[in-house]
Amino acid sequence: MKKMSLFALLLLVIRRDLLLAMRRRADVLTTLVFFVMVVSLFPLGVGPEMDMLRKMASGVVWVAALLASMLSLTRLFAADYADGTLEQMLIAPQSLSVLVLGKMVAHWMVSGLPLVLIAPVLGLQFDMAPPALAVLVAGLLLGTPVLSMLGAVGAALTLGLRGGGVLVSLLVLPLCIPVLIFGAGAVEAVNSGLNPAANLELLGAISVLALVFTPWVTAQALRISME
Amino acid sequence: MAINWFKYSAPSTFYGLAGKLIPWFALAALALFVAGMYVGFYVAPTDAVQGEAYRIMFIHVPASILSMFLYLIMAAYAALGLIFNTRLSSMMATAIAPTGALFAFISLWTGAFWGKPMWGAWWVWDARLTSELILLFLYLGFIALHASIDDPRRADRAAALLAIVGSVNVPIIYFSVKWWNTLHQGSTIKFSGTSMHVAMQQALLLMFLACWCYAIAVALARVRSIILERERATQWVGELKEVQS
Repeated sequence: MKKMSLFALLLLVIRRDLLLAMRRRADVLTTLVFFVMVVSLFPLGVGPEMDMLRKMASGVVWVAALLASMLSLTRLFAADYADGTLEQMLIAPQSLSVLVLGKMVAHWMVSGLPLVLIAPVLGLQFDMAPPALAVLVAGLLLGTPVLSMLGAVGAALTLGLRGGGVLVSLLVLPLCIPVLIFGAGAVEAVNSGLNPAANLELLGAISVLALVFTPWVTAQALRISME
Repeated sequence: MAINWFKYSAPSTFYGLAGKLIPWFALAALALFVAGMYVGFYVAPTDAVQGEAYRIMFIHVPASILSMFLYLIMAAYAALGLIFNTRLSSMMATAIAPTGALFAFISLWTGAFWGKPMWGAWWVWDARLTSELILLFLYLGFIALHASIDDPRRADRAAALLAIVGSVNVPIIYFSVKWWNTLHQGSTIKFSGTSMHVAMQQALLLMFLACWCYAIAVALARVRSIILERERATQWVGELKEVQS
């Protein structure tokens, strides 16, 4: 067999997972609808005063994104675990970390990217100003990959456990708090006339840090779960 | 004669050692608690600013410090167990977790009692309070993950990985929470008492040592139960007096 470059392998895994996701479009839509629904519940709960809604918009969107990304985590490895593909990945000669990274990227494209794209519409419902909207989208673009990557660690640790869905939220949500703080903080900064660059840069730093470490940690977690 | 440094790293030998150590640490904890309480309530003077309510710090401060230290110790034991595959290290990590969670909870609870008369609110979203709450969540995650995996070896290793990821994340969480709060406002009342009364310092130190001794005694007692449970099929457990009777 021809030796495959790591990048080609990465693309292969991403393409495969995206194809599988496209065959089951309902799963993708569920996450998106959940996100929209949670965000829309807040005005019903706290009242329709626009001043208050404008203030809390970024926090609401971020918390909803956090919850929505938890929703699809259990599916990240479950199907591959059930049909034995994951076992094949573990014993493959290629780096497991790269395979895992491919799955993370695909997961983000399926469950994170749609949230980023729909966020401006939700922001308009909360009467956010255009500069704040732009920063919200930029923050989500930098931050949601971290949610997918940290979530993958939790999903790998809880693979095949009873009540894994609730457990994975319990493990991953506290670890995601910095993303929430900087993401919502960036919008807050714009609203109070400050430069959001510091918050966005820290978000980017967390993203890079997660990109370096989480694929490897997830690979280790998978080995622990599968032995 | 060469000393065998690893003699007590086997559960069978450590079980006996822990049994011998527990009474000493328990007695020391009791004596230090009584002494600390006495100094704290009768010797330490009333604070000029905070009145009598400040005395809650004699349990609040040691509990907070211990909750943070114990997380690091737990993560270190868990990492040892993961890297060197030593059973006892993982058992120690499991034994420490509930005590750490307890101290985090005590710290939050007493903090609320102190905050009500001082700040006029049971809870404020202060950086330290919030990071302590997140620490409690991390403890609960560790305990929950360990409890939901039936195979103890897999549970040890999965929880160890989580503890390591958590301890890497703790400084990031701490600073993010700190900056998040300072963006809004600083804490309304700051603890200005750098020139603390000697008796207050003594009471604090006594209570701090008491909490340490309590934590060690309880962790050792818990690790003995874990050892018995995990090694129940082995011969040396069958030969123990307390098991045969």
